[in-house]
Amino acid sequence: MMNRMLAVLACASAFLSIPVGALGSEAEVKLEPAPIDVRDAASLQAGARTFVNYCLNCHGASLMRYNRLVDIGLTEQQIKDNLLFTADKVGEMMNVAMTRKDAADWFGPAPDLSLIARSRGPDWLWTYFRGFYRDPKSATGWNNTVFAGVGMPHVLWQLQGDRVLREETVKDSAGREVKDSHGNVSKTVRFETVRPGTLSPVEYDTVVRDLVNYMTWMAEPNQVLRKQVGIWVIFVLRILVSLSYALYKELWKDVH
Amino acid sequence: MAATEKQPITFAGPFNGILTWVDERFPLMATLKSHLTEYYAPKNFNFWYYFGSLALLVFVLQILTGIFLTMNYKPDASLAFASVEYIMRDVSWGWLIRYMHSTGASFFFVCVYLHMFRGLLYGSYRKPRELLWIFGMLIFLCLMGEAFFGYLLPWGQMSYWGAQVIVNLFAAIPLVGEQLAIWIRGDYVISDATLNRFFAFHVIALPLVLAGLVAAHLLALHEVGSNNPDGIEIKNNKDPKTGIPLDGIPFHPYYTVKDIFGVAVFMLVFAIIVFFAPELGGYFLEYNNFIAADPLRTPQHIAPVWYFTPYYSILRANTVNFFWIDAKVWGVIAMGVSVMIFFLLPWLDRSPAKSIRYRGPIFKAALAIFIVCFFILGYLGTQGVSEGKTLVAQVCTIIYFLFFLLMPWYTRVDKCKPEPERVTK
Repeated sequence: MMNRMLAVLACASAFLSIPVGALGSEAEVKLEPAPIDVRDAASLQAGARTFVNYCLNCHGASLMRYNRLVDIGLTEQQIKDNLLFTADKVGEMMNVAMTRKDAADWFGPAPDLSLIARSRGPDWLWTYFRGFYRDPKSATGWNNTVFAGVGMPHVLWQLQGDRVLREETVKDSAGREVKDSHGNVSKTVRFETVRPGTLSPVEYDTVVRDLVNYMTWMAEPNQVLRKQVGIWVIFVLRILVSLSYALYKELWKDVH
Repeated sequence: MAATEKQPITFAGPFNGILTWVDERFPLMATLKSHLTEYYAPKNFNFWYYFGSLALLVFVLQILTGIFLTMNYKPDASLAFASVEYIMRDVSWGWLIRYMHSTGASFFFVCVYLHMFRGLLYGSYRKPRELLWIFGMLIFLCLMGEAFFGYLLPWGQMSYWGAQVIVNLFAAIPLVGEQLAIWIRGDYVISDATLNRFFAFHVIALPLVLAGLVAAHLLALHEVGSNNPDGIEIKNNKDPKTGIPLDGIPFHPYYTVKDIFGVAVFMLVFAIIVFFAPELGGYFLEYNNFIAADPLRTPQHIAPVWYFTPYYSILRANTVNFFWIDAKVWGVIAMGVSVMIFFLLPWLDRSPAKSIRYRGPIFKAALAIFIVCFFILGYLGTQGVSEGKTLVAQVCTIIYFLFFLLMPWYTRVDKCKPEPERVTK
């Protein structure tokens, strides 16, 4: 009975789902998966340092307390000595260094970053920080492959260096131009470093990975605890499922 | 209750005295008997019969977690967003309570949708259960209101703009619409005034109504007795000596114990989501809702939470100004009717058989196509609009309504099999 219902459902869905599949989706920038691990304390600490030094000048993380950094292995004294630039006490929030008036005069307030990793996602941040290039047409002189016309200049430019975007046509093995289904010539873009930064590309990627890792952790500082508790809860619930099933089967033996 | 002499309670050991004292002054044993130990339910309930008790469980869970959330939440436009994050970060186990509440909201709809689908499968809305079905539908309507009001409270971008879109629907009503929308919001835009009143509706008004409706739903159920997968009345075959239905078993302990197993499995699935995927890929917690509400910045893509998306698709499907009335008004009407039409099911269905087991191929096909359309509409509601998608939504909307409007005809001509005398395995 049930199987037949499912078969009918499957047939009906096969028939009706054709147009949905043919609709296609909007073109989006392909995001690269961020190679992060929110349990890696060393990486999180390095990311916190980059975050405080570079991001907190213009952005705030007004929902994040400094002393929460204890969770990633720092002591309150270490936080006070090395990271506490925008507050007096470790129990305070990571507020922005700049005053509201300066921000308004210069470029308008920059978004708060406490939860940016939850709204944008770590993959977006990872691709974004590695997608800046020089663009003489923009007001700041910078542009970004995932955020076209971005208002923020490339704050980490000294580390990464200056890059420009080179557009090239895709060629097949015989050297002919490849065309897509609309008949347009397929193109790819690639970055070209015109002036190297203080870090090698590998070192720069490490800095960005740590930063994205930290921002992802900061967006939900309880996420590691959440999963740890979850394993225990599921363990207990699996026992409960077995016990309650045994009880149910035992009691129902006499129901025919 | 019958005026039989009350017997002293003997099964509760040291509590016999106090329980006897209570029973002499309150219908304790009579209530337990009539609703649990001597309420006879059909013995052939299957998988689909878990979701009623599970919906009740989620309701209790939402009330309990809601109480604790209310202790730390601030219904103030300038504080609301940060207070939710305060719960997530600084309140002890606040993250767990909040995730249980947000996941519970989605699971409430999962349970209720499956519970309603069960009704469709086995004709549970048919005579004599029409009023039971109507109470259930009223619960569903209240639940939609409860979810809508609650979704504004985190005061994120989706909270704000979702509420803006839905309240603006009322503005589409001719003549009074604009004033009506202002009356609902208490302002010209969604604002602090709106947040405060939605908070009041969410934490007290609708939960009270819901609790009352759930009680009415259960009382009506116990009055007429449960339907079952065979769609036949177990009360038609009673033991001549005891008067107990031959195919009935006492709800307690049989179904209480079976439902405990259902609860355990449910909690397992629930816990997997709460602890390992509380956002569920943006379906349970939308990514844009982690951005605080900004009245000056409209998000590019506003989508309601998944449980509203089928109706949202129906709302957007109509693009024609029939009879010179704005297409938007027709969209609102279509959306309203698409929910309300479920009320009419008991009278639209003319089939001689209640259960899908004994119905003919036409109903089976109609139900299957309806469910598929419902899913497609749900999917489209999460997506942006395009010409192709609107066309698909229009086709599905028409099929959605035809399922109901043609039901009196196709259920009558359908070739049903004879129903059995007694319930089958």
